[in-house]
Amino acid sequence: MKKLIAILLTASFAMVATAESPSLSPSAPDGLREGGTLGKVGDAPPIAGDPRDVKREVRNYPEQPPVIPHSIRGYQVDKRFNRCLECHSRESAPSAGAPMVSVTHFMDRNFQVRAEVTPGRYFCTQCHVPQTDAEALVESDFKPIDQVIRQGAREDSQ
Amino acid sequence: MMGRLKYYWRLLRKPSVHYSLGFLTLGGFLAGIIFWGGFNTALEVTNTEEFCIGCHEMYSNPYQELKDTIHYTNRSGVRAECSDCHVPHDWTHKIGRKMEASKEVWGWLFGTIDTPEKFEEKRLELAQREWHRLKANDSLECRNCHEFESMDFTLQDPRAAEAHSTALTGEGDQTCIDCHKGIAHELPDMAGVSR
Repeated sequence: MKKLIAILLTASFAMVATAESPSLSPSAPDGLREGGTLGKVGDAPPIAGDPRDVKREVRNYPEQPPVIPHSIRGYQVDKRFNRCLECHSRESAPSAGAPMVSVTHFMDRNFQVRAEVTPGRYFCTQCHVPQTDAEALVESDFKPIDQVIRQGAREDSQ
Repeated sequence: MMGRLKYYWRLLRKPSVHYSLGFLTLGGFLAGIIFWGGFNTALEVTNTEEFCIGCHEMYSNPYQELKDTIHYTNRSGVRAECSDCHVPHDWTHKIGRKMEASKEVWGWLFGTIDTPEKFEEKRLELAQREWHRLKANDSLECRNCHEFESMDFTLQDPRAAEAHSTALTGEGDQTCIDCHKGIAHELPDMAGVSR
């Protein structure tokens, strides 16, 4: 009996030891979720703040969907109602002081202009997003078009 | 029938034979207090959120939608319950609203909105009823917390400041609900609604 207890105890200690050993719980790959091990649940990073200042940003290239310079927390955009169009629709834009959605949004897939924003362009946040003070998850070496042109011109002149 | 009515009428008009005047007046006074207190307590119970979301119709539709909004969760932890917006705070109007609410008991008994589909079908009608109510009472329930007198227009963005300061001077007949629809629950299909 004593022997059995001793064996069981050593076995359970061994199991605890192996569970904590690096081979069974390797460190997580340092991807978007840094540090810790695969088995460990880390703290969630703080949620990036909503933009407070209304500041319209320059587009980096002509076809870039303009970014949203205000908070859109809780905006309802579904089959029943589109909160964005409350201010950005053709009729409301002037009184709301908001830019009207561009005419391309009224075109259907055959480039026929319709009376309302077409279903294909209805869900604003598919292209337009607000900016936050969050740090970029991955680095980007994107250069705006002007910078590319200026650089090209400089190289030509050399 | 008439005979029995007459009997009770005479009984009521007759002076008491067995009970003293003191017992009757004091007893009546005490019974009145107990009745009134009980009535008000019951009334307040029907004003709690637990009571409102005791029915699955209210729990699984409006309550779930409220949870995402700023009136439910925010930085400072001040929150509005169902009754803060849907029941007037002063007594007369509260009783009026409670009498109207008896229709809701009917709706509950017969399952008028007891599935998501039925609720969705009635959403516009239900929303419009609340909009009309708030329009008619000058958005009284909003103003229980949001007072123009305490608003710092300089902290609002220019468009909001302009809208709020002109509404304050009484130009036009706009009230909170005219612009602030759908702040606590999802909006119905607004295609046919003039805004």
